[in-house]
Amino acid sequence: MYTKDGESYFILDAHVALWDARPENQRNIHGKQFIDCFYDYHRNLSPESEVWPYEDYLYQGGERLLKDLFTDGYVDHAIFQPAALPAFYRNGFGQTEEAFALAREHPDKLTYNHCWDPRFGEDGLKQLREDAKRFGLKGAKLYTAEWFGDSRGWKLDDKWSYRYLEAAQELGIKNIHIHKGPTIRPLDRDAFDVADVDKVATDFTELNFVIEHCGLPRLEDFCWIATQEPNVHAGLAVAMPFIHTRPRYFAQIIGELLYWLDENRIQFSSDYAIWTPKWLVEQFVDFQIPEDMTEYAPLTTEVKKKILGLNAAAMYDIEVPAGLQVRFPPARAETEAVAVA
Amino acid sequence: MPALDQLARRALDTVYDPELDEPITDLGFVRSIEASGGELTVHLRLPTSFCSPNFAYLMASDAKDVLGELPGAERVVVRLDDHHDSDRINRGLAADAGYRGTFGSEAEKDLDELRLTFRRKAHTAAMERALTALLRADEDLAEEQLHDVALKDLPDGRTTSALLRRREALGLSTAPDEPVLVDDNGEPYPREEVPVRLRFARAIRISIDGNAHFCRGLLRTRYPDSAADQAPRDPSPSSEEARAS
Repeated sequence: MYTKDGESYFILDAHVALWDARPENQRNIHGKQFIDCFYDYHRNLSPESEVWPYEDYLYQGGERLLKDLFTDGYVDHAIFQPAALPAFYRNGFGQTEEAFALAREHPDKLTYNHCWDPRFGEDGLKQLREDAKRFGLKGAKLYTAEWFGDSRGWKLDDKWSYRYLEAAQELGIKNIHIHKGPTIRPLDRDAFDVADVDKVATDFTELNFVIEHCGLPRLEDFCWIATQEPNVHAGLAVAMPFIHTRPRYFAQIIGELLYWLDENRIQFSSDYAIWTPKWLVEQFVDFQIPEDMTEYAPLTTEVKKKILGLNAAAMYDIEVPAGLQVRFPPARAETEAVAVA
Repeated sequence: MPALDQLARRALDTVYDPELDEPITDLGFVRSIEASGGELTVHLRLPTSFCSPNFAYLMASDAKDVLGELPGAERVVVRLDDHHDSDRINRGLAADAGYRGTFGSEAEKDLDELRLTFRRKAHTAAMERALTALLRADEDLAEEQLHDVALKDLPDGRTTSALLRRREALGLSTAPDEPVLVDDNGEPYPREEVPVRLRFARAIRISIDGNAHFCRGLLRTRYPDSAADQAPRDPSPSSEEARAS
């Protein structure tokens, strides 16, 4: 919880990771390049006081994560959104066992989402069913630009992807987070292209699709789709830190999202450990659309509360203390009947 | 005649990042230019190792093409540094293998379609910059009235000339009576659609400007000495941000 000027905010960090990018876990040069790329994002967009040494950035571990998010960072609940990247890291980038153990230890604070790659075919589908049961999955993070053998990516509307999404729907994994944003891109196919989201959002109306990085750097394509598909949401990972270095650009992003979507479909995330939530929460609560940007309405406290936590809490059925709710709460996500095998 | 390296820099001013819609020279992507006898060696660098390989290839091969046309350039070597596909792209460039020849089965088609997509976005963003400037300059002008604004109504300046250049790149007419707010084929929108089309054009412009800010910043983080090579982008409604960077 964060309190400022007598207003208290329920904070749900909807996109965090527990990664291991240390040299001994790097499978090849791309593993180093990948974490270096993240570190450049971190250095480029963080306030100077929040920049970590490179060594700290390679691996944090559970204790530090708990401190950065919950002790220092005002976060009430956080959701792991792991990227596997087995082509770059020996034991994967996101640390499944460590993160899951932490979530089991602190079920009130952490939710573990897992990931899948439809290019694993039938075997991966079997694994997904086991994972859903073991982790009690409510959501998943998909990274369509991941490398796999000769392939530099896949599309949500590929035939095999549909089979996985059908399984997810059946298993009650209803919150599908999709990375559409900076870093790796498959050839030819533009991995930022959100047209595949449009197709699956239409065909899987029981699922929520949260587009992480809200389609940046293709904000316009994302907005165009989200305005037509009510089950498409915007995740603010990577968009948030512009609040510090580029407040006017950040105002434009939020302004456009509020115009094309609505205040119930935008979710805060720090993208920890790319950034820590503390300064992002503080700055967002203090943030206002500049007065000369008359094309956008001012940000109300109610809207800020929804973005900072209430929207994602509704989607994940996470209880919000009565005093922290707003007058017009985001529509509760529809509860789904879980198919019994 | 200027020396070969100076000619080379001027030639590289005409090579654009297709997505950011700016010359690779202004972005600081040109790391070095070396002329020795008739041999020209140019090194390029990008904001991250994971910048799109297709765009990286496009910029590097465009660079090689314009340099190859220079009088006095007998041999041209273009090398892309520190990219995850550097070796492959550099081999492909050295062999003039083309995009498909460079990436083999990973490249299913040529890049013309992708290039066209970004030319269209660049045009839409330029259109929005010009029209928003008009709106800001005249409080009495309503958005729907933008339907009637023709190219001849725009003030002289960089914003207008940038729009004209982007129309030319798409093969659209630049005649003075042509309407400004048009679709990708040069057709005007119905009057009632003007506000939503302007709004969408604005989202495109915000995307492109934002990406350009981010890429410039990342390049400086990765290569601190690149700051000296970067030149500001065209003035736009968000130019105060560019200055603040």
